[in-house]
Amino acid sequence: MTVFDFAFYAFASVTVAAGLMVTISRNPVHSVLWLILTFLSTSGLFVLLGAEFVAMLLIIVYVGAVAVLFLFVVMMLDIDFAALKGELARYMPLGLLIGVVLLMQIAIGVGVWQAAPEAEALRKAVAPAAADVENTRALGMLLYDRYFLLFQLSGLILLVAMIGAILLTLRHRKDVKRQNVLQQMWRDPAKAMELKDVKPGQGL
Amino acid sequence: MTSADFQTLLPEIVLSGYAMAALMVGVYTTKDKLAPALVWATAGLFVALALYIGAGGSGERVVFGGLFVDDPFARFAKVTILLAAAAVLVMGQDYMVRRDLLRFEYPILIALAVVGMMVMVSSADLMTLYMGLELQSLSLYVVASLRRDSAKSSEAGLKYFVLGALSSGLLLYGASLVYGYSGTTQFAGILSTVKDGVPLGLLFGLVFMLAGLAFKVSAAPFHMWTPDVYEGSPTPVTAFFATAPKVAAMALIARLVHDAFGGVPGQWGQVLAGLAVASMALGAVAAIGQKDIKRLMAYSSIAHMGYALIGLSVGTAYGVQATMIYMAIYVTMNVGTFAFILSMERNGRPVSDIASLNQFAKVEPLKALAMLVLLFSLAGVPPMLGFFGKFYVLKAAVDAGMVWLAVVGAVASVIGAFYYLRLVYFMYFGAEQEPAESRMAPVQWVMLMAVAAIMLVGVINLFGIEPAAATAAQALVR
Repeated sequence: MTVFDFAFYAFASVTVAAGLMVTISRNPVHSVLWLILTFLSTSGLFVLLGAEFVAMLLIIVYVGAVAVLFLFVVMMLDIDFAALKGELARYMPLGLLIGVVLLMQIAIGVGVWQAAPEAEALRKAVAPAAADVENTRALGMLLYDRYFLLFQLSGLILLVAMIGAILLTLRHRKDVKRQNVLQQMWRDPAKAMELKDVKPGQGL
Repeated sequence: MTSADFQTLLPEIVLSGYAMAALMVGVYTTKDKLAPALVWATAGLFVALALYIGAGGSGERVVFGGLFVDDPFARFAKVTILLAAAAVLVMGQDYMVRRDLLRFEYPILIALAVVGMMVMVSSADLMTLYMGLELQSLSLYVVASLRRDSAKSSEAGLKYFVLGALSSGLLLYGASLVYGYSGTTQFAGILSTVKDGVPLGLLFGLVFMLAGLAFKVSAAPFHMWTPDVYEGSPTPVTAFFATAPKVAAMALIARLVHDAFGGVPGQWGQVLAGLAVASMALGAVAAIGQKDIKRLMAYSSIAHMGYALIGLSVGTAYGVQATMIYMAIYVTMNVGTFAFILSMERNGRPVSDIASLNQFAKVEPLKALAMLVLLFSLAGVPPMLGFFGKFYVLKAAVDAGMVWLAVVGAVASVIGAFYYLRLVYFMYFGAEQEPAESRMAPVQWVMLMAVAAIMLVGVINLFGIEPAAATAAQALVR
């Protein structure tokens, strides 16, 4: 067994085990921590595949931002997970049955899977050859050149998400005091306060 | 990327640029006080773009390396979408101002949704299809819960969001299977790999994609969200849901099945025929028991989608032409009907229960007459325009040898006529009671009367949309 094989089995088994723990841990905070471990070991698998850019992205975006956000959400939201689970248990048998049937159907579809003879060539035609350019450059060429239109459209989608979040949650409250920085700076100390010389033992 | 690419995309670029500029202006100036002006500006831009698209350009251009296509079919759909969106936008303005709902983001979100729809009907790649669909859906989720203090409106938005996300998931799963088979996401590439025989895996992909899109046109059995979302959303938003997005999603289905799977019409034809039969039957039967006119219109739209799907399921150029004509007529009828529903109120509060229509003809004979014409047209009674829409799709089915489908359609339309005529009965011969008022802004009155007139006059030559639809269909079905 080479180092490569060993690394693969180590990362793969940790990914599977941690993924399982995400779903079965009772404490939601533990779940999120297991999730972070899953992300980390998955990024190890990506490094082994030679996709170092995706691996780093996974750590920076998912572990760095998303997982921490999850952690905050889990800790801040007051959700009674026990009650949710109780509700879940009622529909469990039916859900499991449908899940198993779906899984079997998909297994049939995948079992007789066949791709078009031209598929391999068409797939390779899009991206630049791996030998010519490194990962990051290849991704950049796809994202900012070939799929420029899609990149811009996803920007618009994010803009809509932002407008939506603000529109549905922002309330302009009139009965609160707001900070006015300029007003604060322009205050005249001579008018705003008065200095008194307090004699010891007398008070004002 | 060349200047020709951007030239082709000009309407979309102008509209998104406008939306962003309007957003900045709105945020930095008077905010919601600006909203009525923005509504009119947005609608004006829609109409201008519709004229630009309708008048300029011919032939077919595939740009951005095969991501985006501009052909007569896309132009026909875009003009319909833009005009419908403009009509609905100005129609709902008065309602929203009086209910204190009109925020300056509303016309901007509608503009961005329309950008999404224009991308949808022009997509030549699975990824463009998805981007357009998400841009449209995300904007619609937000406007559905515009009345955020009302539990029903929030429920409508949330329900729409959850089911919409589910349908997007189905669509994406299907798209990934299709990509796995053909090795490319471009429609032209898929068409070249799917010629004879469809392996099971690819069939899974095709069916998943159609199921995801059936959610968007609310075809049975993927219709469950429709009545609740229609009922819960503010009425102008409901009017919007019932018009432009339906055209976009229907055109998207047409484009997907013909551009990408045109080589195997037998495979998707039966799926679409099944959806059509289920939608027509459910729309006709389930609407009978409704007490709320918005819910009734939801079931009505489900039934109408069934008829439009008949045209697609036959897989011929004539079928696509029939569907596009049907959608244009459907949208026009709905604009008029919602102009009326928007005006229904009692003591200044909007009402939407059917019983409030009782004896309406006594107080407002002219409006009741216009509404009668519209309801007859929705039911498909000759000689209204709605009859010709149904006639086209049923003829397409008969021509393609699917007589059984045409028979089911005719039977469903007879059943469906019952609930439209019931509304007419209530208006003219309903139980004695104080009828609801109808307080119309001038623009709503104009829309109602104009659409009613179109339903009567349009039978002469369909306003020339027939040759345009034929050109569109020829461009799609080769």
